[in-house]
Amino acid sequence: MIQLTINGQPQQFESPINVMQLVDHLALHNKRIAIERNGEIIPRSQFSEQLLVHGDQLEVVVAVGGG
Amino acid sequence: MDNLVIAGKTYTSRLLVGTGKYKDFNETRAAVETSGAEIITVAIRRTNIGQNANEPNLLEVLPPSQYTLLPNTAGCYTLDDAVRTLRLARELLDGHSLVKLEVLGDPKTLYPNMVETLKAAEILIKEDFQVMVYTSDDPIIAKQLEDMGCVAVMPLASLIGSGMGILNPWNLQIIIDNAKIPVLVDAGVGTASDATIAMELGCDGVLMNTAIAAAQNPILMASAMRKAVEAGREAYLAGRMAKKLYSASPSSPTEGIIAQTEKITKRSASNKPR
Repeated sequence: MIQLTINGQPQQFESPINVMQLVDHLALHNKRIAIERNGEIIPRSQFSEQLLVHGDQLEVVVAVGGG
Repeated sequence: MDNLVIAGKTYTSRLLVGTGKYKDFNETRAAVETSGAEIITVAIRRTNIGQNANEPNLLEVLPPSQYTLLPNTAGCYTLDDAVRTLRLARELLDGHSLVKLEVLGDPKTLYPNMVETLKAAEILIKEDFQVMVYTSDDPIIAKQLEDMGCVAVMPLASLIGSGMGILNPWNLQIIIDNAKIPVLVDAGVGTASDATIAMELGCDGVLMNTAIAAAQNPILMASAMRKAVEAGREAYLAGRMAKKLYSASPSSPTEGIIAQTEKITKRSASNKPR
C-alpha cells in the first residue's frame, strides 16, 4: 500500500504505479495537464517511466481563465 | 506597419486581455474575439480530482494555435510559487516560454512584492523564460527588470481589479521614456478613456481583464477597448497639439468676413493678438 498526496488530497493505492497509470486512474488522459512531483516537473514524455513512491506530493494543473 | 514586438514576435493588436471572471466560456470567447487581442493571459490551477472529468477546457475554447497564451502567476505570494507555476505552465503549453510574472505582496490590495518579483525574474530568465513582468510604477525597479533581461515591463496604472484608471501618469511617463523594451499598462484600467490615456502617454500596449469582464455588457466593452487602444496609439503617433490656456487663433480664416457692424469690428480689432 502506498499513499500519494494529489493536489493536497491523500490517496491510497494497492501497489506502486507509474505516472501514466495515475493519469488514467484520475480520468485525465484526454486532458491537457502538467504534473509536478515533490517540486519537480515530470515531463509528459516520462509519464510511463516514472514510478511513484509512498509519500510523493503531486500537483496536477490545468490552464483556467485568469487575468 | 505599426506593430507591437515582444521578444522578437510581432503582434498587430496592442490590447492584451485576461480570460478570468466571465460568466462562461462562450462569453470569454466572444469577448476575446471582439477585443481583437492576440495575446491572452491564462492562470494555472490544480485540476479538480475526481470531479467534472468532462467539463470543457479553456484551451479548447481559446486554442494555443490561434492565440499567444500568456500564463500568469496570479495568486502567487512567493518567488518559489511563481517559479514553480511557470515551470508547470511551460510543460502544459509544450515548451512555450513567454510568461507573465507577478508576485503579490498583499491579499487586500494585490500590490506586487517587488523584492520577490526581482528574484523570481532572475531565476526565470536563467531558465530561458521570456518574462513579461507586472511591476509597481517605480521607474528604478522597471529599469532594473529591463536590465536583467525581462522582455516587457508592465507597470500598474492602479491596483488590480480596482478600475481606478491612470493614477500616476508621470511615473508611467518616466518608465516609458527610460525603457528600450515594451511598456504595457497592466491593471487598473476601468473604462475606454483610461486605455486611451495609457496609449497616448506612449505605452506600447495595455493588458486588462476586469474592465471588460465586469462591464454590464462585456462584449460591447471589449469592442470599446479595442477602439480605445487604437485611438490612443494613433493619437500618440500623430503627436498632440500643444496645450495652452487660450490662443486667440480661431480655426476659421480671420480674413474675408462679411461686412460687420462698426461696434463689433472695433471690438474684434482691439482683441487681436499682439
